[in-house]
Amino acid sequence: MATLVEPIATASPEERLREDLLRPLRGLSGKYVLTLGFFLAIVAWAMFAWGYQITHGMGVAGIRRPVFWGLYIVNFVFWIGISHAGTLISAILRLTDAGWRKPVTRAAEAITVFCLMIGGLFPLIHLGRVWLFYWLIPYPNERLLWPNFRSPLVWDMMAIFTYLIGSVLYLYLPLIPDLALIAQRTSGWRSGVYRVLSLNWTGAHRQWQALERAMKLMAGMILAVAVSVHSVVAFDFALTIAPMWHSTIFPPYFVAGAIFSGIAALVLVMAALRHFLHLEKYLRPLHFDNLGKLLLLMSLLWTYFSVAEHLTTWYGNAPAEIAVFSAREHGVFAPALWLMVTCNFVIPFVLLGIRRLRNITTVCISSVTILIGMWIERFLIIVPTLSHTPLPAAWGEYAPTWVELSITAGTFAAMAALYLIFVKLFPIIAIWEYEDDH
Amino acid sequence: MADESKRASQPDAEQPDGEQKVPQWGMAIDLDRCTGCEACVVACHAENNIPLSDEESAARGRANHWIRIDRYYEGEFPNIKVKYRPVMCQHCDDAPCEPVCPVFATYQNAEGLNVQVHSRCIGTRYCANNCPYTVRFFNWSEPVWPESLQLQLNPDVSIRPGGVMEKCTFCIQRIQRGKQDAKAEGRELADGDVQPACVQSCPAEAMAFGDLSDPESKVSRWAGSGRSTQLLGELGTKPRVFYLERAE
Repeated sequence: MATLVEPIATASPEERLREDLLRPLRGLSGKYVLTLGFFLAIVAWAMFAWGYQITHGMGVAGIRRPVFWGLYIVNFVFWIGISHAGTLISAILRLTDAGWRKPVTRAAEAITVFCLMIGGLFPLIHLGRVWLFYWLIPYPNERLLWPNFRSPLVWDMMAIFTYLIGSVLYLYLPLIPDLALIAQRTSGWRSGVYRVLSLNWTGAHRQWQALERAMKLMAGMILAVAVSVHSVVAFDFALTIAPMWHSTIFPPYFVAGAIFSGIAALVLVMAALRHFLHLEKYLRPLHFDNLGKLLLLMSLLWTYFSVAEHLTTWYGNAPAEIAVFSAREHGVFAPALWLMVTCNFVIPFVLLGIRRLRNITTVCISSVTILIGMWIERFLIIVPTLSHTPLPAAWGEYAPTWVELSITAGTFAAMAALYLIFVKLFPIIAIWEYEDDH
Repeated sequence: MADESKRASQPDAEQPDGEQKVPQWGMAIDLDRCTGCEACVVACHAENNIPLSDEESAARGRANHWIRIDRYYEGEFPNIKVKYRPVMCQHCDDAPCEPVCPVFATYQNAEGLNVQVHSRCIGTRYCANNCPYTVRFFNWSEPVWPESLQLQLNPDVSIRPGGVMEKCTFCIQRIQRGKQDAKAEGRELADGDVQPACVQSCPAEAMAFGDLSDPESKVSRWAGSGRSTQLLGELGTKPRVFYLERAE
């Protein structure tokens, strides 16, 4: 989109770097437009499905009594989970000053922002009367009607808003010097827009100091917010008295699962960027190797939590809990459960645990299976509990309809589309951070 | 078991001005009398303007019955014993549905009813997930009735729009009517003045409804019976519905 001034033929290493990282911003290929159009078409179809649901009532979805929460909440937890990729990884790496993080952080931070935008929509999509969603927000009103601050859903709403604002800031701060650089290298109105977005960054010493301080501060804060957000999501379940939801292990279990799926999503995004934007020089095997090790660690942690959760339930042998447990372990949900174990533990353990097998391809394969496994995990947390109520007379089975499936597909397409637009407007690797190093 | 401590812990029956007693509504159901005829289910539908469902929509989990008959089978055919249990909102004193609602659409009123404010509900369905009895119902679409039933609707009960939760109210409209009639006639509300549709229609007279704070009321006597139990009482929800059954 942006028309960049052509680089000088005899380029310095610094010039080459800038040229490499700014190249994706220039021009629009037919392939790009087609791909973006394809994803946007799926998004449009999902919007239609949502509109259909609003006009015809929630009954067009497959959720039913007693499974009052279905795919929408599964997707909600899934996307909020992936959003932990950015902030946690980039904040931890930034705070520990891990040098290899530099080409990774922005890709991760962008994932966070987009996942939150998408994940945050699901609680709304799932509302019976979505047009009244603002009743969840504590705003002053003359009838003194307030939301119920005891409800985990109100905490949820506040946590997600806080996280969204925080992660937008966290993405934006390190973008400022790059925005100024782009402003310098573009002309016309585009240059003006980037100049305004860069807040008239001049690169003065004082500005750098302020930026460093702000980023350190944000990294620390966003870390705390990220952990609390997924804990609050876990509270939605753990604070109920439903069998197998009412569990103290849920908050750390959810946070671990979130980081786990977040890293997997980051790996896939990085692989796509590396391939399509020709960033092989910057996103090197080292990065995939390091993230692969992180994935292995999280896989083991996730397995540990899962075993602890299941052992506690099985040993406790409470009838209502065992009904849910049995449905998951050897009942109708058993194939999904064992597929989840394969995806989240067996495959990553083999592919990432054996050093000879660990390379970019296997890290990507593990990431795909982990994303599938973690989606199934959320499904297995939500649906079996609801379909096996404490009174067996109310049991019921759930199957999603085309509306839920369309909206689910739409959100994956939305993620791809948002990312495509982002890489067209902003350099996906922080140029100044990278230059700092080399 | 008769839960004496429960009634002792209920809010003071006297209002601050000391004028009028606030009844504490409750129900008792004698399972040894219940025949499972489902007259209560039909009466509840007619009284409370609950939409009807057909086979197909019921299979899709769209059927709403504020009161249902749970069936429990014991033994193998042909030596089978069937037990019936009518289950409706238990109007718990510690209702799990109440704290989780983000907009205060459900709360316990002074008379101990767990009330649902349809106009405040935005349809998160969280309350339904947290109800161990699964007696909360969601309006999956705008309600419709067959032409022939349009004139049958009860004018005292509001029609719930699509997208909100609803559930048993202990026929709050009948409670209101009973109180108004008593006031108009200048007398105290007597035991048996208020009868929800299910209680009124029970041919086996297996249900009793009334004021739990009055030790002489029928429901209090039933609830204090040695056969009295509470459904899932171990969860600590303190239900206001008591089930009477012989221990075996």
